[in-house]
Amino acid sequence: MESRFRVLFLMTTAIGLSGCAATKNLFGWGEPAARSSLSEPPGQVIDPEVERREIKEPAIDREDFEIGAFAGLMNIEDFGTDLVYGVRFAYHVTEGFFVEATAGHSRAGLTSFEVLSGGARLISDSERDLYYYNLNVGYNVLPGEVFIGEGRAYNTSLYLIAGLGSTEFAGDDRFTVNVGLGYRFLLTDSIALHVDFRDHLYDIDLLGEEKTAHNPEGHIGFTVFF
Amino acid sequence: MSEPSTTTTPSTLQRTKSVIAACLGAVLLQIVLAAPLQAAEEYRTVTVTDPYLELHTGPGRGYPVFHVVDRGEDVDIVKRRTDWFLVRADNGKEGWVDLAQMELTLDPDGEQVVFQRASIEDFTNARWETGFLAGDFGGANIVSLYGSYSLNPHVAVELWGSQILGNFSNGWMGSVNLVHETWPEWRVSPFFTLGAGVIHTEPKSTIVQGVDRTDQIGHVGGGFRVYVMRRFLLRAEYKSYVVFTSRDENEEVEEWKVGFAFFF
Repeated sequence: MESRFRVLFLMTTAIGLSGCAATKNLFGWGEPAARSSLSEPPGQVIDPEVERREIKEPAIDREDFEIGAFAGLMNIEDFGTDLVYGVRFAYHVTEGFFVEATAGHSRAGLTSFEVLSGGARLISDSERDLYYYNLNVGYNVLPGEVFIGEGRAYNTSLYLIAGLGSTEFAGDDRFTVNVGLGYRFLLTDSIALHVDFRDHLYDIDLLGEEKTAHNPEGHIGFTVFF
Repeated sequence: MSEPSTTTTPSTLQRTKSVIAACLGAVLLQIVLAAPLQAAEEYRTVTVTDPYLELHTGPGRGYPVFHVVDRGEDVDIVKRRTDWFLVRADNGKEGWVDLAQMELTLDPDGEQVVFQRASIEDFTNARWETGFLAGDFGGANIVSLYGSYSLNPHVAVELWGSQILGNFSNGWMGSVNLVHETWPEWRVSPFFTLGAGVIHTEPKSTIVQGVDRTDQIGHVGGGFRVYVMRRFLLRAEYKSYVVFTSRDENEEVEEWKVGFAFFF
């Protein structure tokens, strides 16, 4: 009971505190903002009729977002290596720092036990589908240029990412941490080729004891800045 | 009257569908065709007033300067990425110039060029905000996304979607929050929050007993929004939830979360 009272008390306090100040701003009940009551100086006869110039930003195409798709190989611990594919979306906050969302799909093969035992299956067929999503923070640690032949230079960047998300596999959603290293190769100013290596870590107790599973993934992808 | 309608409905539907398809097709075609045209029109010309404008090979401080444009010459701005501008000089050379140098150029009217950059004022006044937080929800992991709309600098309405990933059960939660900031102009701005929603939990597949449940929730909490730079902010919060279960006792859950967000 005591904790229930505590919640009730917290709620009333919060409503009270936020309510009073909020309504003032919401409905304009509070004191009207102090208006400047300065009368014109007695000596001034002509008002200067100079209009303040509007500062307009030139309409420039901004390209801070990046969208694309990737495909590669993913090793699902105990279940072998299989094809993985997915999509990526990124927002570049500064020249070094970006945030990224990825979603992917892979499919687990058979464990060694399943292969050796013949017919026995640890998980059903539909539970072998693995879906993941991750929200990451990334940093371009080594931006640079590469040269192909004498006349061509391309901008590149080696970046690190780390983030959180969820993996749906073997009938459950699993809290997933992922870390990785990637290489961005800009084919043009707007189109990039990515090579990425990531490790997805989650806890799983499918084989009896709970353990942290490492699921390394390597993929190649294309993205477009827009 | 019902008979004619049954005969006309399919054809009307079909016509509507084909009209919609045609419209969609036209819009898509327009987007595809118009994109390069628009881009071509959107070049903006500025005049260099600094002794020279340095063109870098890439949009970053480390990229070398490969070309300079002298004072008095014009350059076209092609696009912007973070705080770097791709410009084209009269001789056709294209390179990246940083924001500080670009702001020393003049527009065709002879006025100094000003570019939009988000500041702490936008942190206080921006209408929209979206973010990602993660933390602990009564012992389970929680991953959340939210979108926020500010009615004024003090009051915002938020929509939250969370995934709960625990040892014994998983679930989803959705809620609507009202957030109040007393000092929204502070760089570290405290807030109160109050909300209601729905939680859905299902036991893990390795747990033998247990059923899926959907319950209503109410919560109260508080936290901080911290302005970092540009459109970027950090957010940390605590919420105390009451889960209105169909059993005799309501459940109480405490939640701690940290994460980042952007305002627009």
